[in-house]
Amino acid sequence: MSQALLREIIDYANRANPYPLYEELRKTPVSHDGDGPYVVSTYYEIHSLLHDPRISSDAKNLKATGDDLLGDQSDEEGTTLPPSFLKLDPPDHDRLRRMTNRPFGPPHAPHRVHDMRDELGGLVTGLIDGIRETGQLDRIDLVDQFAYPFPVTVICRLLGIPREDEPRFHVWAETLAASLDPDPDADPTKRGKGSMDARMELGMYLAGLIEERRKNPGDDMLSQLATADGPDGAMTTMEALSTSALLLIAGHETTVNLITNGMLTLLRFPDVLQRLREDPDLAVPIVEELLRYEPPVQLLPQRTTLSDVEVAGVTIPKGASVWLMLASGNRDPKRFEDPDRFDPDRKDIQHLGLGSGIHSCFGAPLARQEAQLALSELARRLENPRLLEDPPQYRQNSVLRGPRHLQVACDGIRG
Amino acid sequence: MTGAGTHDGSLERLKREGRIVVVGASLAGLRAAETMRDKGFTGSLTMIGDEPYEPYDRPPLSKQVLLGNAVADHTALPRRRAIDADWRLGVPATGLDMGARRVRLGNGDEVEYDRLLIATGVRARPWPNPEEGALKGVFVLRTRDDGEGLQRALAAGPRRVLVIGAGFTGSEIASACRERGLDVTVAERGDAPLVGALGGVIGAVAAEMHHENGVDLRTGVMVTSLEGDPSGRVRAAHLSDGSTVEADVVVVSLGAQRNTEWLAGSGLGAGPRGIACDAGCRAFDVRGIVTDDIYVAGDVARSPHALFGYQFLSLEHWGNAVAQADTAAHNMLSESADRRPHLWVPAFWSSQFGVNIKSVGVPPMGTEILVTQGSLAERRFAAVYGYQGRMIAAVTFDNCRWLPFYEQQIESTAPFPPPFSTVDRRPEGAKPQPADFPDPSVPTHGPTITLSGYSPADRKMTFTPGR
Ligand SMILES: Cc1cc2nc3c(=O)[nH]c(=O)nc-3n(C[C@H](O)[C@H](O)[C@H](O)COP(=O)(O)OP(=O)(O)OC[C@H]3O[C@@H](n4cnc5c(N)ncnc54)[C@H](O)[C@@H]3O)c2cc1C
Repeated sequence: MSQALLREIIDYANRANPYPLYEELRKTPVSHDGDGPYVVSTYYEIHSLLHDPRISSDAKNLKATGDDLLGDQSDEEGTTLPPSFLKLDPPDHDRLRRMTNRPFGPPHAPHRVHDMRDELGGLVTGLIDGIRETGQLDRIDLVDQFAYPFPVTVICRLLGIPREDEPRFHVWAETLAASLDPDPDADPTKRGKGSMDARMELGMYLAGLIEERRKNPGDDMLSQLATADGPDGAMTTMEALSTSALLLIAGHETTVNLITNGMLTLLRFPDVLQRLREDPDLAVPIVEELLRYEPPVQLLPQRTTLSDVEVAGVTIPKGASVWLMLASGNRDPKRFEDPDRFDPDRKDIQHLGLGSGIHSCFGAPLARQEAQLALSELARRLENPRLLEDPPQYRQNSVLRGPRHLQVACDGIRG
Repeated sequence: MTGAGTHDGSLERLKREGRIVVVGASLAGLRAAETMRDKGFTGSLTMIGDEPYEPYDRPPLSKQVLLGNAVADHTALPRRRAIDADWRLGVPATGLDMGARRVRLGNGDEVEYDRLLIATGVRARPWPNPEEGALKGVFVLRTRDDGEGLQRALAAGPRRVLVIGAGFTGSEIASACRERGLDVTVAERGDAPLVGALGGVIGAVAAEMHHENGVDLRTGVMVTSLEGDPSGRVRAAHLSDGSTVEADVVVVSLGAQRNTEWLAGSGLGAGPRGIACDAGCRAFDVRGIVTDDIYVAGDVARSPHALFGYQFLSLEHWGNAVAQADTAAHNMLSESADRRPHLWVPAFWSSQFGVNIKSVGVPPMGTEILVTQGSLAERRFAAVYGYQGRMIAAVTFDNCRWLPFYEQQIESTAPFPPPFSTVDRRPEGAKPQPADFPDPSVPTHGPTITLSGYSPADRKMTFTPGR
């Protein structure tokens, strides 16, 4: 069993700068070694697989036999939450995503994200004021003091989860995010048990809240998911639970990295930071370029083939595991001119940072707005900010990649 | 100068000071003009259009405009760039002198060209009885004026609307009427709506959509005559099954006719099926010889397509007009070695009864159909069409995200039935069934794609070589 490739991708030594490895990978658009996954690293191949109906997001299809494809899809053990729509295929995926979208985005809730702007602004201001009040400007941890609490508070408000409970579900969220990170050395049963326990505890916690919202619905998404009754009917309790768990975890783990990677990059490119300080509207193209250049989700490790699929001359057999290396595709010179350059003036920027196809990031409009606001406000208010540690200390996770801490200093904080 | 063509500088001169005339100042005409300027054409550019308006967009006319969500005179096409043209609007071209390279206009003017682009499109097929067609309350829908007139008639709250023909446009009109809460009857000669374009299997789904939305759908019937009241307003229609429908608005939606009459006698290969051209958009003359200075694009063109057996295709597709215009404009200003073929894969969209319909490829060529994803009953599906063991087209209802995949399959001449499984494959997708297109020799409401090549089996022609 040789899984050298897999080991290299998750090797922590590559975390601070995985891009040379990706460049190496792209020499073979579809690599495969031993009984490991098929690793797809080039832009056009990834893009086409993301739009290919022969690719499944449902782990049940791994090494599946043809017979059960049209047969009934009986559930796993009922001891934990059922898979969220992230790990489902149509039609279940489509139905749940549609129902989740009703209270969140157009056409039924076109203003939801936009209307949160003032609230988001208030949170950002409060957090930066908080940093100022500590009086310690020679060592600020932008992760702990800003990039983490901001999106977490936002997702709690959006869902209607008491912010005070955050320390409890933070542990569950971390465990679940870590379970996304493939680790060939970990004991799979032990790891599986750990994440199952975390899912169950989170599920029970959310079940209590949903129960309560059914009795006293509010304007939050949890209430709406619990009580919704649109053309697709209502969600079952289990569906509402796994959907809200998904939103909570995704809202927890990704925007933090987008903001942190963003500040890190801006501090490495002071001229761009200066431009943003003078023109907050530049945050829009900057965030797009960041999603290409340093995407918070580096790869999608959970696709499987329903049929033999030929990609770039390689036949990926039915039932194989496929890893889509989004961050590598984003730096593919066949797609982007001078891809290793951070260039917010790039015109043609159809990146893979938020995925593409039916599973493209559900929270994208919110994530974009949060990151735009956060970066433009940090740029505006921090006086002469500088990195104290470059590269910073990264988190273990190779899928959800980002610094664990981002130590910076500044001369002052503007009002 | 680039390319391996004649290096005598004539192309340079054409680009710098040539005269280019575009007849048909709408979607294809405008996009071609923009491309020409983009390519550095600095000579004189004349845009001739018989409508008095600057180029506008037609798809909203049967959708947003009829719903009252958009105003007909606010559908002007966005400009990609300034084109600095001499606009001759409200004047039709009435003739072409190929030898003298001159276009004659309805007001007696003549315009000379070095290169001519014809993009005169199609017009709505009128009600065959002109007197009945002239009754007040009888409409067709092709132009901005048509759209505005019909929207006003609908806003006035007629007791019943009759739509004759259940193609895409007719179905969209019926959908808009229902959304406005108006009673509507649809009369269709075929067995179902959309059969000409998508076949009977999909037609049955479309029929359900009509029924569920409260449309009074009559299929397998023809409207034989329209009846007016003493004041000249339409009041009823008589059907071939002996029934009568009382309606105060009637929309004739019987497909389109190519605007080629003005070319009669010019020697250009233009007729009721459109203007034949090669894959590079160069028009043929009546002898089948390709011209080098006359190009065609958009709904009026019929061109051979390598992917579809070099059949001549006439497309009434928005995207085709844009792509073909771009290719024509490029080729008009290129040496022969630099010319590009127009090999656009036909693609079409429609929206009706809240459902988004899209297709790629040439469905009417298909003999079989297979539902690969989703289900017809849920009206959320993808289906592919097969022709002689090949995938030749695909259609989606509320499932267009997968269409690019099928397009790519069609482009790579993938086998039919498809040998792969997909997500959301249902039992009904286990076996292909006949696609159930009506006999193509029987006219329907207009399929939006016409296969207009003669088959060698047709034996319609006699061969009489010249002296
Ligand atoms: C109501 C409606 C809805 C539609 N919806 C869709 C849709 O949903 N999806 C889709 O893909 N397509 C749709 N279409 C089709 C699409 O609009 C056409 O494919 C497109 O307009 C073709 O562009 P064109 O420039 O070739 O022709 P046209 O837009 O027809 O333009 C030709 C122009 O030339 C003018 N002309 C004709 N003869 C002469 C002459 N002798 N001298 C001067 N000018 C002349 C005409 O008056 C017209 O202005 C729709 C069309 C209509 C009418």
